[in-house]
Amino acid sequence: MIDPQTMGFLTDATLCIGCKACEVACKQWNELADDGYALTGMSYDNTAALGASTWRHVAFVEQPIPAVDTRLLGYDGRAGGGRIAWKMLSDVCKHCARAGCLEACPTGAITRTETGSVYIQPDVCNGCGYCVPACPFGVVARREDDGRAYKCTLCYDRQQGGLEPACAKACPTDSIEFGPVERLRAKAAARVTELRARGVAVQLYGEDAAAQPGTGGLHAFFLLNDEPEVFNLPPAPVVPTMGVGRSWLAAAAGAVAISALAVGAVLLGRGRSR
Amino acid sequence: MAECHPIGFRWVMKAKARGATIIHVDPRYTRTSAVADLHAPIRAGSDIAFLGGIVRYIIENERYFRAYVVPYTNASTILREDYRDTEDLDGLFSGYAEGTYDPTSWQYQGVDLVPPAGQKDAASDLEGRAGDNLARGTNDERDLSLEHPRCVFQVLRRHFARYTPEMVETTCGIPAADFLRIAEAMCAASGREKTGAICYAVGWTQHSVGVQYIRTAAIIQLLLGNMGRPGGGIMALRGHASIQGSTDIPTLFDLLPGYLPMPTVQHAPDLATYLRAHRSDSAWWSEMPKYVVSLLKAWFGEAATAANDYLFDTLPKLSGDHSHMATIALMADAQVRGYLVIGENPVVGTVGGPLQRKGMAKLDWLVVRDFAPTETAEFWRVSPEIARGEIATTDIGTEVFFFPAATHTEKDGSFTNTQRLLQWHHRAVAPPGDARSDLWFAYHLGRRLKTRYAASTLPRDAALRALTWDYPTHGASHEPSAEAVLREINGYTVETGVAVDGFTDLAADGTTASGCWIYSGAYAGGVNQAARRKPAREQTWVAPDWGWAWPANRRLLYNRASADPAGVPWSERKKYVWWDAAAAKWTGADVPDFIVDRPPTYRPPAGARGLATIAGDNPFIMQADGRGWLFAPSGIVDGPLPTHYEPQESTTANPLYAQQCNPARLQWRRRDNPYHAAYADRRFPYLLTTFRLTEHHTAGGMSRWLPWLSELQPELFCEVSPELAAERGLANGGWATLRSARAEIACRVLVTRRIRPLLIAGAVMHQIAVPYHWGGIGRVTGDVVNDLFPLVGDPSVHIPESKVITCDVVPGRRVRAPHGAVSPQAPPHDLPRVGQRTAEPPQVTPSPNVKEKAKA
Repeated sequence: MIDPQTMGFLTDATLCIGCKACEVACKQWNELADDGYALTGMSYDNTAALGASTWRHVAFVEQPIPAVDTRLLGYDGRAGGGRIAWKMLSDVCKHCARAGCLEACPTGAITRTETGSVYIQPDVCNGCGYCVPACPFGVVARREDDGRAYKCTLCYDRQQGGLEPACAKACPTDSIEFGPVERLRAKAAARVTELRARGVAVQLYGEDAAAQPGTGGLHAFFLLNDEPEVFNLPPAPVVPTMGVGRSWLAAAAGAVAISALAVGAVLLGRGRSR
Repeated sequence: MAECHPIGFRWVMKAKARGATIIHVDPRYTRTSAVADLHAPIRAGSDIAFLGGIVRYIIENERYFRAYVVPYTNASTILREDYRDTEDLDGLFSGYAEGTYDPTSWQYQGVDLVPPAGQKDAASDLEGRAGDNLARGTNDERDLSLEHPRCVFQVLRRHFARYTPEMVETTCGIPAADFLRIAEAMCAASGREKTGAICYAVGWTQHSVGVQYIRTAAIIQLLLGNMGRPGGGIMALRGHASIQGSTDIPTLFDLLPGYLPMPTVQHAPDLATYLRAHRSDSAWWSEMPKYVVSLLKAWFGEAATAANDYLFDTLPKLSGDHSHMATIALMADAQVRGYLVIGENPVVGTVGGPLQRKGMAKLDWLVVRDFAPTETAEFWRVSPEIARGEIATTDIGTEVFFFPAATHTEKDGSFTNTQRLLQWHHRAVAPPGDARSDLWFAYHLGRRLKTRYAASTLPRDAALRALTWDYPTHGASHEPSAEAVLREINGYTVETGVAVDGFTDLAADGTTASGCWIYSGAYAGGVNQAARRKPAREQTWVAPDWGWAWPANRRLLYNRASADPAGVPWSERKKYVWWDAAAAKWTGADVPDFIVDRPPTYRPPAGARGLATIAGDNPFIMQADGRGWLFAPSGIVDGPLPTHYEPQESTTANPLYAQQCNPARLQWRRRDNPYHAAYADRRFPYLLTTFRLTEHHTAGGMSRWLPWLSELQPELFCEVSPELAAERGLANGGWATLRSARAEIACRVLVTRRIRPLLIAGAVMHQIAVPYHWGGIGRVTGDVVNDLFPLVGDPSVHIPESKVITCDVVPGRRVRAPHGAVSPQAPPHDLPRVGQRTAEPPQVTPSPNVKEKAKA
């Protein structure tokens, strides 16, 4: 059961207009550096991915539309060209109910806060980087200059001041909504029902443990208007530490087997030497 | 709209959630298209053909709101017999001679002149002849059956008869079936129970027929009954914060505050002549003298008296076109000595960059006020001409002053948005260093000028000496009080100094003063009404207590039209303002835009003048006849009805008329402003249009210095379709060179299906779309797209045609480099340090490496 105080994001791709206000508001509040000035050639996405200095990232997906969708204007076969859809989604740290980064952190720098968010304490982080491969979403990254790991804090400082996170505050179309995860789940379910009734194909991503057992569910979950892979989200993420128990069992079994083999070999050798 | 007005688009998304249909018409598939129900790519510059097609659809299918159209518009008004339409004259209206129109034949039958409200130079030739015809605009003849062959409705029908869906398809590239879906969607969203809105960004106006684009939209909204009703209207999404404010209290050369016309040399020897020429004898514009005299009293105080014509004669008089483009052309001819550029970056933001820089190099002085150095301020150091070695910094004698400006968070003041809503902002932090507010600059400049000319006896200095300039200041920097300015704009009674409550309190006898009559009421009761911020939950849905809207805190103009002629709401669902018979007054959700106690049954008596001419069912009280103008007998200089003309530069011949372009358009035919062939110029086979990105702000002065915005769109690019990329060998992410006869620029390439080829007149036509935010100064830099554009413009408002030209595109970064110079490298990101650049003139070498020069 989720604590009623557990806070998170619902990010709704059907409401995103790609304005990137979330990216800018995040960088301004958290005083993050720019990522450099380089055109990627990938639609309007020039920050490319989440990273140590980009904690919100808007994906821009240009995709041809199957010709069956008659609600959209089309020119196929008239003057070349083709039809297009342009999908946008603001990605962020998911604050997993079972967080790989937190479980991999050997120093205790990564903690779970009273609102259920996953927080890296920069004054404790020693820059070992174990958390980086432990995140199934590629969210956590180390800064090149100080080596420490950084990611979205769910604006822990703003929450303490009674403010919602900067990205949700800045979002003009309420594509990003912040609130108690329980309320967001109810809202997302209602929104899915409403959109499906209108014929829009949508799905939730990571809304709870049942939907995404590999992470135990996401506190920052998504309403998508396409498959997760389209937005560079893994379809069935699993935090690596999920397998730790099994790994230990396997290791123990292996050790037992190796010991048995060794003992057996010695015994066998002795038998032969006789 | 999502692209350039993401905050306002919040409400479009809310409307969509409530079931509204969002239709997006744009050459490109943008962030707006991504969430719209329908997107129709259109050939840039063909909008009147598209909108005219909708007008025809509405009329031919009888989808107009007849119960609204007959009483509320001039559809039934009968025109003079000598009016000839573009259908009769193959693209010209009657009255044409040598590039201009005489609008005499466009008038109503039986009326000498129907004066427009807020008239500018449109009917200036008529001003002189108007004489004392006191019945102007009221004695029109009408046919309420709309069947008279010369009634406006039938003229309109004939005018647009050839704007068929098939014509729209071959002219605009929008397939007829798709066009019909859009037209039907608009009709279905109108009527008693529904309303539809048209939103446009100001690129729509930036054409040589720009005003007529908006006029066509107005005709559609009048026919559908979408004016003066909640959820209807035409929303101009302005290009900057408070651009609406800067036309209300204008920075435009031909307007005085409140849309009063600027006096002209020909027609304003004295105040009486000026007022006689510009006022209307009927409807609300008959009140104009009150506003003019109150304005003069606000400016000149006690020095303005009835005996001296309130110092009207000291106002400058227009002697010709002093618009931006005309001034630039004069500047290039060394006819202009000084140039004050405040919060603008014309070298990047407007057309004809090479000509502008040529002109600025011939100035004595240039003053730029901005947050950060701009290409305009730095034209002497960084420009394509310097990079190519065509001119050296040492050749430029202009003395340039750069003043750092305070941002809106660093000063008090107001923003006026597209809905005429004034919202006050308070200073949050002090501006850094020498940065000052524009108000500070204007006030202290005026104060110093007044001191300097205090003893002058020259007549030309009389206005400066008489000017009231007594705003209180505060703080160490002597910042003037912005509220005191708003109070003066609002107006006051001269004798008591008490703020008036609105423009109905103003008088023409010198007893009141008001800096801008339409803003009168913004300080009613001695309170800054614009600073009100009552939360939505504590007031009605119209939110009258949030900020203050001109005029008279009215949120919806002409809202009398939200009720039927008898004063009853058209429907319960669209109820807004209505006649309360028991109380014998207009009432409703908003401040009624009508004489509040005038019953719907009122009819003006014979010989009525002024406000008495407004009948009880005339909602459009600013118009001389009280009706919405489907047909504009005056006020617009290039025709009473919108007509499809091709842009100055097009890929195709005009499919409708022998007259290719707007015959009254403004042109500057000179060697340094070459035009392409009107159409099918083989050198320039493609159409080019420009646009704005969410991530940047217009000419970039506010965004290209910010790392968080610069990283989001770091480089200039052009958007091309995969088909054009294949035709020209362009690669996504690679370089391309764009050429016009004026300039050539290099940019990166985005190959995208968001822009697609169109079938125009049976042939494939390619469009190239380029954002125009970049220049040579800033953290991120790039070539100036507007350098490609010529000086050519709309004759009514002098706006440049900056949204469509023909061009060529070739792969690679092949900017021609005369005089042996190499391609321009990226200019430096920072300025030379203060103190390092004054010791000796910078060394000038053929090398374009400006960074080296700056160090020297």
